[in-house]
Amino acid sequence: MHPVSVFKMHSDLRRQVSACGLTEPWPIRLALILVTVVILGLFLVLPVVAVFAQAWAKGLGAYWAALREPDTLSSIYLTLLTTAICVPVGTVFGLAAAWCLGKFDFPGRKFLMAMLDLPLSVSPVAAGLMFVLVFGRHGWLGPWLEAHGIRIIFAVPGVVLVTLFVTAPYVARELIPLMQAQGTEAEEAAQVLGANGWQTFWRVTLPQVKWGLLYGIILCNARAMGEFGAVSVVSGHIRGKTNTMPLQVEILYNEYDFVGAFAVASLLAGLALVTLVLKTILEHKAAQQMALAQASGPEMAEPMLDHSRAFDDEAAKSKQT
Amino acid sequence: MLLPGRSNQRVLPGFGLSLGLTLFYWSLIVFLPVVALLVRATGIPWERFLQTMTDRRVLAALGLSFGGAALAAGLDTAFGFLVAWVLVRYRFPGRRVLDAMIDLPFALPTAVSGIALTTLYAKNGWIGQWLVPLGIQVAYSRLGVVMAMMFIGLPFVVRTLQPALEDLDPELEEAAASLGAGRWATWRRVILPTLRPALLAGFTLAFARAVGEYGTIVFISGNLPMQTEIAPLLIVVKLEQYDYAGATAIAVVMLAAALVVLTLIHRWQTAYCFLRG
Repeated sequence: MHPVSVFKMHSDLRRQVSACGLTEPWPIRLALILVTVVILGLFLVLPVVAVFAQAWAKGLGAYWAALREPDTLSSIYLTLLTTAICVPVGTVFGLAAAWCLGKFDFPGRKFLMAMLDLPLSVSPVAAGLMFVLVFGRHGWLGPWLEAHGIRIIFAVPGVVLVTLFVTAPYVARELIPLMQAQGTEAEEAAQVLGANGWQTFWRVTLPQVKWGLLYGIILCNARAMGEFGAVSVVSGHIRGKTNTMPLQVEILYNEYDFVGAFAVASLLAGLALVTLVLKTILEHKAAQQMALAQASGPEMAEPMLDHSRAFDDEAAKSKQT
Repeated sequence: MLLPGRSNQRVLPGFGLSLGLTLFYWSLIVFLPVVALLVRATGIPWERFLQTMTDRRVLAALGLSFGGAALAAGLDTAFGFLVAWVLVRYRFPGRRVLDAMIDLPFALPTAVSGIALTTLYAKNGWIGQWLVPLGIQVAYSRLGVVMAMMFIGLPFVVRTLQPALEDLDPELEEAAASLGAGRWATWRRVILPTLRPALLAGFTLAFARAVGEYGTIVFISGNLPMQTEIAPLLIVVKLEQYDYAGATAIAVVMLAAALVVLTLIHRWQTAYCFLRG
């Protein structure tokens, strides 16, 4: 599963479709648009409005006071700390994965590509359980860790580790299609002209994929800050110590401290809105880079890139069977 | 063994380094935990495993997670098709904003959507106050579980269908129309069959997300054993009771389901423009 990679727009094709005269009669069009807008408004937008309404229900004073609670501040600190570790680490390893999977072909590549989605397909709770089974008291490394006085589960390292797990695919998922599309000719040219490996990477590859990279980082960041299920299994919910913001939301909500819960939630909702805005902008830029890559080298992009042909082949196959 | 296959790619440096880093990181962060779960699961005696899986509470939770997810994904596919159609085919003010909003359930941390939905559909909530008098109880019921699953699954359907609808060749519809098909017949006989792979992929993605979902659902479901308890919650409950074998057994069943779904999606995606973006 890949939430990341289904967002691209193809505005030229859209224009083409809308230019063709065939469409529904206008009353039907209007009705469909109205139904969609109303349902999406109630279903998607209203929850976000409700978060802010609840957070500010008792006035801004109560809101600020709720945010300044020491436990809440410490949950914000832990979330920022976790994100500050996970996003750079995820980015570096995402770049490495994208480089070997996007620029090279080797035995086992397909398997690794499929495995890339694993952290997104596993239930977050099951992911948390896995880490308990490795690092917990009854886990594989538990006795050894205990003997050396290292705590991972029900402590900050556990929170960081599961967050690394759930955010592992985002950067690579975004970069691999882009790197495949760009092929290797530019890099080969740089090599021939005497650039070394790092120069080639920094000066040739990175500028070509920067928007896609930023896009992946934004998604990775959003997930790192918002992860709930996996973190809740390994954190132990120790107030002021191992609670991240989403866990703090849960605790306050279950204590009927609605202003407190929604105040923390409003920060996370704000983050989500910022993420959406940045995503919309970067998506556009990344799509342009992708289009550029596809236009510049039809020969080198082949054969991984030719979707239409892959689709036709598969369609033909499915017809035969 | 792991040498770059195509000769023209050997010129590029960094293959060994990047593959090494990737394998190291993934082994540590992803494969080690997964293997730990699998090994733990094989260590469970068969009777113990059977006993866990046939426990009525476990069966009810698995049934709700899988059944609810299938229902939610089905509803998402229908509604997501409408949304994708309207966003791709029609031009109206506010369309771009609406389009960006589709990703909200994906961008919103699950705990936040969980408490927001619960507040909206509770007895005195903005939507609940209208529905509860009609006898429609969304919060703390199975309906709420399905509702939450629909909420988180919708973007997957819409985002899978949009590119497919954009790529739909207008000539197909023109041909159908010129051969005398009405708009409805064209839609049913030409457009729908062409979109079937995308509809299936969208359904599967939404289903996969809904089966494993935890954060959004635990707040709205009320978590009554046998009634509104989902499988991921039961893993948490078993862990809190130090029943590692039970938790592992349920998690393995869910992991197996995830792997099946992953395989299916990959099949469809290679068929259906894997590189869509």
